[in-house]
Amino acid sequence: MIFSQRQKDRFMSYFFFIVATASIAVLFMIMLFLFMEGIPIFQKISPKDFLFGEYWYPTDEPPDFGIFPLIFSSLAVTFLSALISIPLGVLTAIYLAEIATYRFREIVKPIVELLASLPSVVIGFFGMVVVAPFLQETFDIATGLNLFNAALMLAFMSVPTICSISEDAIYSVPVSLKEASLALGATSLDTIVRVTIPASISGISTAIILGMSRAIGETMVVLMVAGGAAMVPGSLFDPVRPLPASIAAEMAEAPYRGDHYYALFATGIVLFVFTFSFNLIADYISNKYRQVGEATL
Amino acid sequence: MEQEYKITSKNLDFYYGSVKALQSISLNFQLHQATALIGPSGCGKSTFLRCLNRMNDLIPGIRVEGEICMDGENIYKPSVDVVRLRSRIGMVFQKPNPFPKTIFENVAYGLKVNGVKDKNLIAERVEKSLRSGALWDEVKDRLHDSALSLSGGQQQRLCIARALAVEPEVLLMDEPCSALDPIATQKIEELIHELKDKYTIIIVTHNMQQAARVSDVTAFFYMGKLIEAGETDTMFTRPRLKTTEDYITGRFG
Repeated sequence: MIFSQRQKDRFMSYFFFIVATASIAVLFMIMLFLFMEGIPIFQKISPKDFLFGEYWYPTDEPPDFGIFPLIFSSLAVTFLSALISIPLGVLTAIYLAEIATYRFREIVKPIVELLASLPSVVIGFFGMVVVAPFLQETFDIATGLNLFNAALMLAFMSVPTICSISEDAIYSVPVSLKEASLALGATSLDTIVRVTIPASISGISTAIILGMSRAIGETMVVLMVAGGAAMVPGSLFDPVRPLPASIAAEMAEAPYRGDHYYALFATGIVLFVFTFSFNLIADYISNKYRQVGEATL
Repeated sequence: MEQEYKITSKNLDFYYGSVKALQSISLNFQLHQATALIGPSGCGKSTFLRCLNRMNDLIPGIRVEGEICMDGENIYKPSVDVVRLRSRIGMVFQKPNPFPKTIFENVAYGLKVNGVKDKNLIAERVEKSLRSGALWDEVKDRLHDSALSLSGGQQQRLCIARALAVEPEVLLMDEPCSALDPIATQKIEELIHELKDKYTIIIVTHNMQQAARVSDVTAFFYMGKLIEAGETDTMFTRPRLKTTEDYITGRFG
């Protein structure tokens, strides 16, 4: 059978339409499933008690389903890791884009990007076997698996993301702007601080938020090194239990369609809302402050 | 005799890696005169201009031999403070390149990076520079708007005002009108006429008429060499060399 050119064309466009919608449809169904399995818990407990309840004892009788300690742990770990990864990532990016020689940049940048491909379980393993005993001995604390260790490992995971995306943004600032600054008698440092960084701030912010979004959603590392105690931490060296760690650790034991099961799915919804809003913010910033570099005529 | 010259270049060779882009350029620039550098694309005139404020230093793998002196002092001496040098030699680029900041901030930038903190002084100097740049009347009511809201011609005059704000002694202009329409070009040419009294101006241009209109001295570059230099009137009416005449009359290039 012979198709006309027009039929072939039409066939191709249908084919691509189906492929494109299939993956979107699946993602949408996963989301729908998440909400369907999570919402029933709110027949047992009000959303307010669920979000702000201070006790997470899902297997007690009667059980407590307050995920505030988990939310707090997730935010604390993410915030602390951001404190470490933002300066490291952004300063490395500035060095690579503006100061390092061309050859050094060409060698180091791919290495930094390669670090992003380290499996998270390897980073978790490193945190467990190397960092935890070190922390335990150095600071004389009960356990090396704690908030600080998790934040440190997550920082290692987000540095490549932050560094690589920021570097692209800084590097793409038009040379003409830097030349204009230097020609006015500005030093390289002045030029970086007053021209290059302001011109690439949207890219840098996007990088930071994507890095943090990676940290908050990360499961394996926090499962391995955060310590797993579902309580609001009193110090940097207290063990914590972030949202994803809680879901991963308990899902296998939770009876199918029991309250615990629903509560874990509801925890998933909360986590989803966090990562989703991080990505929305990143998207918003990169659109709003879309780089207006060189003047257009 | 040498003392009358603001900038002198002696046997200047310039290399991009192993490619020799300028060959033994010797050319002097007189105080308070406008000198036009003309020649076909790739002849080295922009490269030469960028040697004068050491802008080429930013490009990896370049090498300079010979010397360029400003007020008798070699600017390629190791002891020279390049940052200080660039604040004495202003530069206007081919495409208007205002910073994505306000009009006021653009002009104030050079002062701030050179350590001026006094707000009144900065405001005063911004106004003076915008007036010298023939832009004040058009922007005085919207100094705090983004510089990118200006038209191309206005942006280029802003860039000139920005360069003037640091009170340089020399003004380098790299085809400042090539991206502008004829009316904007005319305004900038008038501006160059006025600025000549106070500054030593060196302008690269592709436009023969422009060179004839604005400059006192014209230098013709070809294939990395300085072919001929002299009074603009003489260069355009009775050039000594055949190559110069061919180029000026549009027979090649």
